[in-house]
Amino acid sequence: MKYICLIYSSEEGIEHATAEDIQAEIGEYMAYGQTIEQAGVATGLGEALLPSATATTVRMRDGKTLTTDGPFAETKEQLGGFYILDCEDIDQAIKYAALIPGAKYGCVEIRPLMEIPG
Amino acid sequence: MTQSPVPNSDIEQLFQQVYGRVLANLISHLRDFELAEDVLQEAFVTALQKWPESGVPNSPAAWLTTVARNKATDRLRRKTKWEDGGDAEIILEKRGVEMTPADEIPDERLKLIFTCCHPALNLDAQVSLTLNTLGGLTTAEVAKALLVPKTTMAQRLVRAKRKIKQAGIPYRVPATEELSGRLNGVLHVIYLIFNEGYSATSGENLIRADLCTEAIRLATVLTHLLDREPALNKDAEALGLLALMLLHDARQSSRTAADGTLVLLEEQNRNLWNQDKIAAGIAILDQAMALRDSGPYQIQAAISALHAEAKTAADTDWPQIAMLYTGLMQLEPENHIIQLNHAVAVAMAEGPLAGLALLEPLADSLQDYYLFHAAKADLNRRAGWHEAALLAYQAAVELTQNEVELSFLEGRIAEVRGSLN
Repeated sequence: MKYICLIYSSEEGIEHATAEDIQAEIGEYMAYGQTIEQAGVATGLGEALLPSATATTVRMRDGKTLTTDGPFAETKEQLGGFYILDCEDIDQAIKYAALIPGAKYGCVEIRPLMEIPG
Repeated sequence: MTQSPVPNSDIEQLFQQVYGRVLANLISHLRDFELAEDVLQEAFVTALQKWPESGVPNSPAAWLTTVARNKATDRLRRKTKWEDGGDAEIILEKRGVEMTPADEIPDERLKLIFTCCHPALNLDAQVSLTLNTLGGLTTAEVAKALLVPKTTMAQRLVRAKRKIKQAGIPYRVPATEELSGRLNGVLHVIYLIFNEGYSATSGENLIRADLCTEAIRLATVLTHLLDREPALNKDAEALGLLALMLLHDARQSSRTAADGTLVLLEEQNRNLWNQDKIAAGIAILDQAMALRDSGPYQIQAAISALHAEAKTAADTDWPQIAMLYTGLMQLEPENHIIQLNHAVAVAMAEGPLAGLALLEPLADSLQDYYLFHAAKADLNRRAGWHEAALLAYQAAVELTQNEVELSFLEGRIAEVRGSLN
């Protein structure tokens, strides 16, 4: 079963992060990538996002494109990245979502992917 | 087979008794919660038609399992004919299901308990689902027991079952490394069911005994099942919880007077306490403590046992109870309600002033908790400070919706007013 792990966290810390902090975090994510690879749950799908200040939200209404600056919801914790994992069941998904470095300071929402028949 | 005619009410009762076990087995076999429920319901309808004439089979559980399985196979066969001409047996085989004969149905309820109490479901859903599937209560019965409208309950159950299927919540006993955490979740759900029955949050009926009985039954099944799994150890806290509930439940008939009013522990008629349940609770607590793995349920059971063993309220071993509360406080330092109970025990052991001194620091965190004000009022009354007692009783009245508790508090207010004049 495929699950997407959506990584949410507060972006406040990023501004104060030093180059070493960022390097350390990248290292943690690299190690996590190896962990899921070895466990056989990796799908190769997963990305980190630039901060929500770079977001643009688009709506189509009555044939018109409405574009606004910023993310669709101004919440304290913002989507910062995701992984798609292929797991046995939700217990395995929870186990590997909990190992995502961002889970230590933010949170990870797990959603099963819809299986489209055919 | 017996040949005497059987009334429908007996069949219904029998059905509820075996429901959890048969359902667990069907889910294990079919790997599909909703299908298992549907075919079990159909098998029950068949039983209602057949049993009154043929008599109840020797093993109703095996009979229902076989009939339900056949209905499931028929359904899958019909469905696969539509889809791709496949074969129901092949589908079941693909799902890794063995076609074991139904006369030797293994007890799969432990798996079902862990599915229903999975942390990916919210607590209300866990409680409702456990009552519905393991307890065999109908949607209407669960709704009534938990004081929720029937439509809300139906939605809650449907949503939970859908999530189990769609989010891939597994049907198995968790692996050893996660077992203890998951077992705590299960114990918590059972304890909530018991508490819901023992002290209803609102309404006229302080005790809904059926929920207490159900929680005790679930804990009994759980401890037996844990005992039987070769890979698992006896769990001291599961036994502790069972002991705790039995000891509380033993006092149930003395908690309300004939007119429905609340009777406090020290004023209860101890002759009404159920000595069989007390003996069973203490024996189970001894088993738990022999495992030397202490925990909050065992400590609470030990406190309850000390109350149960006191011949009169004055004989209560309050210093020992206060010490047990100190032990609980070390396990759960953030739990202010334990601190409140500790303060009351100290007051009983050393006098109301010692207790009031311990209550003082809790005033902020427990200001919305009616039992804090009730306890404060009681200690002031015992200390002879009637005005302070009156104020605290009035604060308590503002915070409870339970009519039995309200009428108790109003009785005390009248009493304290009498002493003031």
